[in-house]
Amino acid sequence: MLKEFQKKSLENESILPSIILEEVEKISKLKNIREKKKSELIETLEGIYLENSFEPGEAIGIIAAQSLSEPATQMTMRTYHFAGSAGLQVTLGLPRLIEIFDSRKEPATPIMTVYFKKEFNNEKDVENFAKKIKEKKLRNLLDSVSLDLTNKKIQIKLKKIKESEKNETIEKIKEKIKKINIKVREDNISIEPENHELSIRDLQRLKKKILDLTVSGVNKIINVVVIKEGNDWIVKTFGSNLSHILKMDEVDYSKSYTNNLHEIQEVLGIEAAREALIKEIRETMSQQGLNVDERHIMLIADIMVFTGEIRAVGRYGVAGMKSSVLTKAGFEETTKHLVRASVRNEEDNFKGIFENVMINQQVPVGTGMFDLVAKIGED
Amino acid sequence: MIDKIVFGVLDPEIIKKMSAAKLSKTELYDQEGYPVEGGLMDPRLGTIDPGLRCRTCSASIGECPGHFGFLELTKPVVNVLYAKLVYNLLGLTCRKCGRILADGEGMEKFKNGKKSLKKLKNIVKPKCPFCGEKQKKIKFLKPSSFVEGASILSSLDVRERLERIPNEDLPHLGIKNTRPEYFIITLLPVPPVTMRPSITLETGERSEDDLTHKLVDIVRINKRLRENIDLGAPDFIIQDLWELLQYHISTYINNEITGVPPARHRSGRILKTLTQRLKAKDGRFRHNLIGKRVNFSARTVVSPDPMLDIDEVGVPLEIAKELTIPVVIEKKNVKYIQKLIENYPDWPTVNYVIRPDGRRKKVAETNKKEIAEEIEVGYTVEKQLENGDWVIFNRQPSLHRMSMMGHRVRVMPYKTFRLNPTVCPPYNADFDGDEMNIHIPQTKEAQAETELLTAVATQMRSPRFSGPIIGPKNDYITGFYLLTNGDRSFTRENTVRIVRACDIDIEIPEKKTFTGKEIFSLFLPKDFNFEYGSKSDNVVIKNGKLISGTIDGRGISAFKGKILDEVDKKYGHTFAKKFLFNMTKLAIEILSIDGFTLSLSEHELNEKANKKIEQLLKDTQEFADNLIKDFEKGKIKLTVEKNSEEAFEIIIKKELAETLNKVTKIVKDEIPENNLILMAKSGSRGSIVNIVQSSAMIGQETVKNDRIKIGFHDRTFSHFKKGDKNMESKGFVTHGYKQGLSPFEFFFDAMNSREGLMDKSLKTRHSGYLERRLVGALKDLKVDYDGTVRDSGNKIVQFVAGEDGLDPSKIQKGGINVKRISEEIIGK
Repeated sequence: MLKEFQKKSLENESILPSIILEEVEKISKLKNIREKKKSELIETLEGIYLENSFEPGEAIGIIAAQSLSEPATQMTMRTYHFAGSAGLQVTLGLPRLIEIFDSRKEPATPIMTVYFKKEFNNEKDVENFAKKIKEKKLRNLLDSVSLDLTNKKIQIKLKKIKESEKNETIEKIKEKIKKINIKVREDNISIEPENHELSIRDLQRLKKKILDLTVSGVNKIINVVVIKEGNDWIVKTFGSNLSHILKMDEVDYSKSYTNNLHEIQEVLGIEAAREALIKEIRETMSQQGLNVDERHIMLIADIMVFTGEIRAVGRYGVAGMKSSVLTKAGFEETTKHLVRASVRNEEDNFKGIFENVMINQQVPVGTGMFDLVAKIGED
Repeated sequence: MIDKIVFGVLDPEIIKKMSAAKLSKTELYDQEGYPVEGGLMDPRLGTIDPGLRCRTCSASIGECPGHFGFLELTKPVVNVLYAKLVYNLLGLTCRKCGRILADGEGMEKFKNGKKSLKKLKNIVKPKCPFCGEKQKKIKFLKPSSFVEGASILSSLDVRERLERIPNEDLPHLGIKNTRPEYFIITLLPVPPVTMRPSITLETGERSEDDLTHKLVDIVRINKRLRENIDLGAPDFIIQDLWELLQYHISTYINNEITGVPPARHRSGRILKTLTQRLKAKDGRFRHNLIGKRVNFSARTVVSPDPMLDIDEVGVPLEIAKELTIPVVIEKKNVKYIQKLIENYPDWPTVNYVIRPDGRRKKVAETNKKEIAEEIEVGYTVEKQLENGDWVIFNRQPSLHRMSMMGHRVRVMPYKTFRLNPTVCPPYNADFDGDEMNIHIPQTKEAQAETELLTAVATQMRSPRFSGPIIGPKNDYITGFYLLTNGDRSFTRENTVRIVRACDIDIEIPEKKTFTGKEIFSLFLPKDFNFEYGSKSDNVVIKNGKLISGTIDGRGISAFKGKILDEVDKKYGHTFAKKFLFNMTKLAIEILSIDGFTLSLSEHELNEKANKKIEQLLKDTQEFADNLIKDFEKGKIKLTVEKNSEEAFEIIIKKELAETLNKVTKIVKDEIPENNLILMAKSGSRGSIVNIVQSSAMIGQETVKNDRIKIGFHDRTFSHFKKGDKNMESKGFVTHGYKQGLSPFEFFFDAMNSREGLMDKSLKTRHSGYLERRLVGALKDLKVDYDGTVRDSGNKIVQFVAGEDGLDPSKIQKGGINVKRISEEIIGK
């Protein structure tokens, strides 16, 4: 740090981070501070900054880990919380935190928050939008289904719905499932496969396929709720399909959000995923009334997205990628790592903490990071 | 210093070379009870007998590290740990010439050994591109046999195949610096006896280690196999014995292979073999290597002592006499140490003297004079713990770094560790039987670090939220509140008593009476300006004088204390520590003048409030009745995707929660000013929720976030009608603890608290594992000299630590306040 300070002061450049410098600019403009006073201010700030900076060797990772897991012991295990009166369930507390660190492909309760462009930001449009995106499967529109085994037919009786909706549904079936003949009599639809040699098992499979057909709406959006938040009408959805929703005309793509981190990574890239990761951890903690400095959360997010994709905190993710054989063996799956190391002729260089603890050597962090050479005896 | 460790697979030649003995005999001891040469307890393998010397290195027990032996297997056997790899190798290489079954393009994919062998199997050619041999399909019969086509491959066949794989191909298969045929065991290294010591029971009987048991089995079967082969026994017998040998060696290596019955001890206990020794929580790695046992530590119950300084720890005399610090004798301390030695047997003295040649001598009444004269520069003595020595004090679970802090020793009578209650929050300690540990740093470096880096004063600010984590709680806060609330005045006599109890240096102005705020102000630095709080209670401190506002939990307390935060930042740790100590003594003195008590009658509400609540409950009941009627008529509107039952529950739960809110408001408005509400208001103990629960009502009890529903068929108790949906039968408690609960209510309350207990025990498990994983992922990250965050492989994780380089354990929340600093320099 000191070296950097000297270097930067030689280049006549401040060591202060840009956030502080911007603030200095703002204040000096506001109060019309003269150049001389301003440099005096910056000099003082530099002193304070150095005083309050991290010291080289600080085991910042362990501090971050402790800062998150210590309050985690105070979190509730209660999984659900009701968002709004409509009863959308959201995973919160410790289970959500664990879910984030596990980096599951799909969260237990995927939730999207959809914002709208100005011209659509009114109750009517938003209600319509909500209806439009809600996924309707054929199974939701049915009164009954039966298999006619003798004639190899599937008989479907629709619920009472509008004529147009009915036609749309039938069109959808025709479009999505090939090689069938459809006969419609009022609310009854009979579906007959062209191939009459189908086994009963195949017929069952066909039935399932038909029932799971998405008739209208967006895939995976199971439930929608319209909420007014300040001046904005927003839609909260249970189920998440970011790539599809962002493309829709009504949606304000700059604000809409999902809590499915992997989806964000895929659609918006790794930097966006990092921001979302920070936001999710921060909100999970603060929702429980726990106060954790943002810096710790950022570090954890950084190590998770370090390789360009979100890795889990655990044996298959970050910890499994450590370079030290002994550390990996000490963490989990001891024999697996030892066997692998023996075949590949791997080396352990004792650069980390646990390896050195194992062999009773000084750990290379903090005051153990450097060696001291001194002349003794010249009183 | 160990620079590195290289892992590899042992070559049989090396096994032979490093061995001290070739073993072949099945018996362990002869008739006299001496270990048999060539048996598994061969004296050349090291010594575990006190008194006997090792036959190989002639060192005695404790010094001899033990020496390996070896056993020549009659027939080779697959090493289960490598079985899967061997299977992959067989599938990837030619059965005739041993080359990798790929050429040109396919070979490219093999290069560098980056791809997993399993995936590479898909691109392998069915015909060897080098010798044209047609390949047969190989199947892997777990755990250790291989079938090619229709015939079983014996370990011998497998070994021959692996031998044919040329060295040039090995790197492409992910194998470096070893030969694949070593994965098939021909020579079994026998671990030294020091690794598997036998225990002599009281009866004189010898009890062998699990590994020895297993090795005996192996040697026995190995011998039988040899004899049978020599006798020319039929193939099936030899085959059986070979398989048995494979089983024994497999379980010797890992006794938890799926599909293999675990080897058992005669008593039926499952043996702990090699893999089990290393694995999991009680294995070598996590139990002995990452976690270690230490000396120079003590543990006992803790109790409070508010007269101790914040960074002191009271140590029982008995413990202080036992724990020692090595002191090297120099010119400067020779006199002092001599005095200590002569002080024997009284504390403080010296327990042992170590001569420069390493000989230890115990100090005793008879030789203390002699020793005191003998010591000179170069000697080391083990001095007992004295007042002022720095030690590390710890309470488990050590969740964060403030769980281990440096304290100064204060030797005291009785048998508990004493600590100032102000440091309870970082340790999360209370005095209902908690035990804590101390550790005595043994080197000068460790002592210096304890004092400068881990001392209580240096840890005042938590790195988690950049605020004070050390501070007063409970009665202390009550004390501040009583002192500074309103305009209480104190006589000069009382003022002097209060101030002198805390600090003897403070100047007390010539005045007849003092207000509480004036007394408080005496302790503030003269240039201290600070302001915080809300509209209703704004605390203003100007030039070291408390102008307005009441000091409560928001001002001085752990986690929240704003004044504490400001003082620490502005005047430094040392001053803050002293300030805090003075403050605590101030609060105690106020309380010992005033006294503070709580009576049961303070939990009572007045008539008016009770009436209001009664009316409110009536209204709620009415609401519920109507709602139930609506529900039965099917008039409850469906919310999205919910059936009417769920919708009903949502509506009624909301209404009942609202009722409790209204009750809370009534209590807030109507409760008289008493000590109960004072505690909640000042933030010293309890909250309005607790008061409502004890004096008004508890409200809805829930299990899994729903109203109570389990119990009997369609009802919670047999006393209700089936399908009853009303408040009472679903766990709405209309009484408070003071009033007493009805039997039903009591049971529902118990259900709720039981859920809480279960939650808690589950939670600790989950969050414990979460911490382990987080530490596993982040432990190697450190700030480098250039301000970047790097891992142990020197890869940069952050270019500037925390994006602004500020240490959260040094700054106030929010970072550097540019505005305030600019005002200080330039003026407003």
